Amino acid sequence: MIEAKALRKTFNKGKVVAVDEVSFSARDGQITGLLGPNGAGKTTTLRMLYTLLKPDSGGIQVDGIDPANEPLKIKRALGVVPDSRGLYDRLTARENIRYYGRLHGLGRATIDKRIDEFVRVLDMSEFIDRKTDGFSQGQRVKVAIARALIHDPRTVLLDEPSNGLDVMTTRALREFLRQLKAQGRCVVLSTHIMQEVAALCDRIVIIAHGRVAAEGTADELLARSGEKTLEDAFVKLIGSDEGLLA
Amino acid sequence: MMAVYIKELLDNFRDRRVIINTLILGPLMGPVIFAVMISFMTRQATERMEAPLELPVVGAEHAPNLVSFLERQGVIITEAPDDPEAAVRQEVEEVVLRLSPDFAEAWEAGHPAPVELIADLSLRYSGTTIARVRGYLNAWSGQVSQLRLQLRGVHPDLTRPINVQVTDLSTPESRGGMVLAFLPYFILITVFMGSMHMAIDTTAGERERKSLEPLLINPLPRWQIMAGKLAATTSFALMTLGLGLVAFVFAMGFLPVADMDMALNLDLRVAAWAFLLCAPAALMAAALLTILAAFAKSFREAQSYMGLVILVPMIPSFWILIDPTRTETWMTMVPLLSQNVLILDLVRGEPMNLAWVGLSLATTGLAAVFLAAIAGTLYNRPNLIFTSG
Repeated sequence: MIEAKALRKTFNKGKVVAVDEVSFSARDGQITGLLGPNGAGKTTTLRMLYTLLKPDSGGIQVDGIDPANEPLKIKRALGVVPDSRGLYDRLTARENIRYYGRLHGLGRATIDKRIDEFVRVLDMSEFIDRKTDGFSQGQRVKVAIARALIHDPRTVLLDEPSNGLDVMTTRALREFLRQLKAQGRCVVLSTHIMQEVAALCDRIVIIAHGRVAAEGTADELLARSGEKTLEDAFVKLIGSDEGLLA
Repeated sequence: MMAVYIKELLDNFRDRRVIINTLILGPLMGPVIFAVMISFMTRQATERMEAPLELPVVGAEHAPNLVSFLERQGVIITEAPDDPEAAVRQEVEEVVLRLSPDFAEAWEAGHPAPVELIADLSLRYSGTTIARVRGYLNAWSGQVSQLRLQLRGVHPDLTRPINVQVTDLSTPESRGGMVLAFLPYFILITVFMGSMHMAIDTTAGERERKSLEPLLINPLPRWQIMAGKLAATTSFALMTLGLGLVAFVFAMGFLPVADMDMALNLDLRVAAWAFLLCAPAALMAAALLTILAAFAKSFREAQSYMGLVILVPMIPSFWILIDPTRTETWMTMVPLLSQNVLILDLVRGEPMNLAWVGLSLATTGLAAVFLAAIAGTLYNRPNLIFTSG
């Protein structure tokens, strides 16, 4: 469960407003999509959620934990797959995942058991013991996901998870995210791809120019805009088709 | 923190380039350059001292006595070039002796007879030759003046009111210390070489691979992540230092020390002391390089900073080389300088002043901890984390 209230973040001493008055909530057992064109402030918003950036003003609560007060506790509650996968090329996939498990303070047995689970669920048996140098995008994303979820977090944040993935891998990824939702987790993903939101998300938060343009289920957004397709609704709600057609 | 430490070591041990550069080439470079340099220098010096001296003489016919004296001393008199100045300038000849036609006249009249040595004193290699020629000329001059005095019934000792004798208290070890003046630099540089790659890889490299952002999302205080990285970098620096010192001990065995009439006091015991002295410098180097590298966005950018930092340990070494003074207490409180002077004292075979060792360890350690503390705060700056924006 995530509650974001009036988040604001500026760069260059206030000259560039990246995120302005962004409020939304994401519930457990649902997939919430942050939808917006490139540069709308999605990544900045996520970075504030996973505490790498401090908001200038506004507040965040994850399962009732305030990152300003308990930054380490909130990091334990979150599983994050950032935009940059950042695997270590000289380590094998298993070693990459194990490293994060140890950083979370997990015991060896727990880590090994969890890795075995991910190998099965994410179909990683072929490459789990290979060095990640030369991995395909799909393999990298799988390792990054396993690495981010090694500590079994209740809340999962993913920044552009399907970037650079082929159709099959994207399908597998969506299936996996639905499983996370079915397990009652709170899943938040950011994307600029309309189809992804339509296929996956229970709730949609449309972000444009650093602000929340609209929030609700797909049907609610259609009703509010009076358009027939989600794409048209999106264009109408953000006020332009900038960045969409890319 | 241990997890970070172990991972960084594992990660870097997987990189063959790192192993070759820092653990093999790094420690070996100093001793090899040093050994080659020293044995070359001594061989040159002895060769120049002992090789037969060839001396072109202009106007040998004006002073046959002098020339035959030189020949009796083993000097090979050769035909002088037509233009002696040009020959010296073009470095065809090191020294040319010119005897002018006035020589005989002045000699007969009892005036000092003009003898001219043509040489370029700025050419260092000609120094030995000039000194040898001068020595022969002075010897002849002394002989002649003695004869002249004796002819006039004057005791030659009258012209020598004092007799200067130098009692040389230098030991073979302390003479060896002179040769080893640059040793501290070569030892200190191994610490910098050893930590360089690791410092870059764990900071700028992590940023370039974009793995820093995911890493910092882990529930660990950021200073602990940095501490793990620093510990790994320091370990590498210490390994390089240890290997380098051992390599030095072995390299010294190959030097022609006996020919130089000196002893090189660099055995394993001295090496152990040097290791202890340089250990805090390892942490200092690791922290310093890590701070610099953390500001760089890429491996390449970081490497371009490192070239300059490598010069830092050179400053105190050069200073001591240019202005050799006795070790004083304040020197042992300056990081890098203290290692220099104390290692020099060690190889000169002087008894260790434990208070000085303590001061050196304490001040360098303090500086190292201070730098490490700064490094620990670096990842609280967002602009050092993200590759863009």
